[in-house]
This record gives sequence, C-alpha cells and structure tokens, in this order.
Amino acid sequence: MTLDTELKHVETVEQYKEIIENNEKVMICCGRMGPMCLPVYDVMEQLEDKRTDVKFYDMLFDSQVAMQTIRALPEVRHFNGLPFTIYYRNGKVVEATSSIQSKAQITKILDEKLGA
Amino acid sequence: MDRNYDVIVLGGGPAGLSAAIYAARAKVKTLVIDSGTIGGQMVLSYTIANYPGVPETSGHSLSRTMRKQAESFGATIISLANITALEINGCTKKVTIEDEGEFTAKTIILAPGGVPRRLGIPSEAAFEGLGISYCATCDGDFFTGKDIVVIGGGNSALEEAVSLTKYASSVTLVHEFDHFQAHPWAVEQAKLNPKIKFLMAQEVREFVGQESLSEVVVASKSDGTITRIPASGAFLFIGYQPNTGFLEGLVNLTDRKEISTDDAMRTNVPGVFAAGDARAKRYRQITTAVADGTIAALEAVEYVNHN
Repeated sequence: MTLDTELKHVETVEQYKEIIENNEKVMICCGRMGPMCLPVYDVMEQLEDKRTDVKFYDMLFDSQVAMQTIRALPEVRHFNGLPFTIYYRNGKVVEATSSIQSKAQITKILDEKLGA
Repeated sequence: MDRNYDVIVLGGGPAGLSAAIYAARAKVKTLVIDSGTIGGQMVLSYTIANYPGVPETSGHSLSRTMRKQAESFGATIISLANITALEINGCTKKVTIEDEGEFTAKTIILAPGGVPRRLGIPSEAAFEGLGISYCATCDGDFFTGKDIVVIGGGNSALEEAVSLTKYASSVTLVHEFDHFQAHPWAVEQAKLNPKIKFLMAQEVREFVGQESLSEVVVASKSDGTITRIPASGAFLFIGYQPNTGFLEGLVNLTDRKEISTDDAMRTNVPGVFAAGDARAKRYRQITTAVADGTIAALEAVEYVNHN
C-alpha cells in the first residue's frame, strides 16, 4: 500500500538513507490519507515546483520503513498527532512537527531551517 | 493563466465546487480560489454515508471527484491561495492573491465555509499534536490504554467520545453547559458506555504538561471549583465558526458572523452571492452546501448574462 498523492514515496529503509544522505534539504511527511495529513501533502505538492532546492517525499505511517526510521526518531517521541513531518539538512533533523500544518507554517520552517 | 473571468468562486468546498460545476457547465468562465485544501470541511470526514447516490465514500474521494467534474467543464482552480485584497463593489470584482496577482470577474460567489472552533486559551496551541487533537479517527490510536478528555456537547463530541473508548482506558467528557446539544440517541449511547465520565457546566482553563499533555484544568461554572483531570489526550469538538473574517465590512454579516442572503443566495452587494456553511442558515450538511452552490451558480449565470 502506498499513499495516494503526487509526491514521491519513501518505501524502504535503504531509499530513506539514500535520500537524506545525498540531498542537502529534504522534507518528509509521514502520515495516512486522513484529514490532518491531506492538507500537508497538498502544500508539499504545490511547493515542489517552487522550492526546487528541497526534496519532498511522503511515507506511509503504518509501513515498516516508517517504524524503522521516522517513528523511531527521538524528535517524535512525544508526538500524538498525524502527520509527523520531518525536515532534514545535510542528513540531520533540523525540525519536526506533529499534526496538521498550514502553508504559512510550512513555508516559515522551510525559510528558517532550509533557507539558502 | 487568464486574469479575467465571469465568475470567481471564493471557496473550494462542496458549495464552491458545486457552484463551479454549474457555472462552468453553463459556459461561464469560472475561477475557484481556496485559501486551503480543495474540499473544505468535507475532507475532514473519513466516511460519508448520507450523500445521495453514493453508498459510502470518504470526504477526500468525494472532493476529488467534484474537483475533477468542475475542471472537466472548464473551471480553473487555485488552492492554498493567500488572498491579499478583495474588491466586490462595482461592476468589476477584483481578487488579489499573493504570488499570483489580480483576477477580475463580473460576479463573485462567496463560499468560504467554516473552520473548527478553538477554545482560544494560550496553552491550546502549545499542545496541538502533543496531546490535543481535533480528529479522533486520525489520532485515537496514539492514546491506547490512556486516559483522555473529550471537550464538547454536540453530536460530534458524543459520538467521538464513544468511538475513542476503543482505544482509551477512560474518557472524561467535559461540556460547558449542564445539558447536551447532541441528539438524545447520541447522549444515550455515551451514557451507556462504562468508560465515559461526564463533567458538566465546566470551563476549560488550561492544558498542562511538560513535553506532552498530562492534565486538563477545568473550573465549575456554578461555583468556580477547580478540577485537574489527568489526561494524555484532549479531543476538541466544539463546533465550527464561519470563515468570514475577511468579509467584515464588505457584505452584511449576522451577529454570528454568517453571511446574510435571500433565498436566491444574493447578498446585499449586487453581483455577489454566497453559499455553503458560511451562509446564515439552520442546517449545514454537504447536501445543503451543494444545493446552495447550485442556486448561487444559476443566479450568478443569470447575472452575468444580463450585465
């Protein structure tokens, strides 16, 4: 099962490692096809054309890869709301958010944490 | 992208998309602009079982179908738009969007819908995603075996309280009044559930916790007695408010900030119509939004053809 979005999906641990190790700026949204997740995917799909310096991906929350990667991050230990959205710079987590985020909130994080 | 349209629909929920389907199908050049995700509050529903002709579907699926229908008839749709200026008086209506510029039309249909009501206390935002949730289906399983609070007294609050007992070890339902607004059958279902406790006539004062929520503090509205409820989660279902802040001073709004219209969906401004949950009316369903959108579009088409 994959997410029904226009984003590229992270489906294996190897792919996850390759993505965050070989790209300077990465945003991954780990969720389901629920009402709190869909708006975040929507924002990412729209920003993908504008923020070409950032690689945008999604990941199914209930997948093995999510359990072994994003759901195991210390940054999400207290998260209780879908989706978990993680921002990476040079392979390191620079920001993590839980639950729905607006376009303004996401853009602010991209500018502040994954800016030039 | 074209700049000049016959109809601009502000809002891409069921009312706005229905308006777009009817207007575009009538060969009227139509633009839909939404400040959020296309589908509006409809997207918040995991399951829709009472939309005639569709046995059971998700809000996401229904909104996607409506969007495709509107686009197939020629409507243009812009989502996640930040509207920076709106001029609705005069023959030419103007909408300015950040990064996109100005769009004009002969008529406007206002269908901005509603947004979930927040308590508005400072600690609420701090715990969103860290214990506070507005979606039981999305986040219920994070609270398996834990004590939680549900805030609200309408159908959503009562129904979701029952549904959350599948996960939580206990659910304390906190309501601001001493009676429920929910239908009697919903109240009965909740009262029959041994995991649900009730705290009536309470005002939520504060959400407390370190890295995540651990306590909800409420005060009795009758004598001010403070109760501290240990809880890992708090689900808020306290209704919706019309998304009409940007229309203040532009069209007539009711005391509840809903858009006033006549039966033809006309507002007090010539050439400006309104539809959906932001309009002053009693029942708010996808079906009633669709009906509003249909009427508004037919009236708007008539207006375009005669002006």
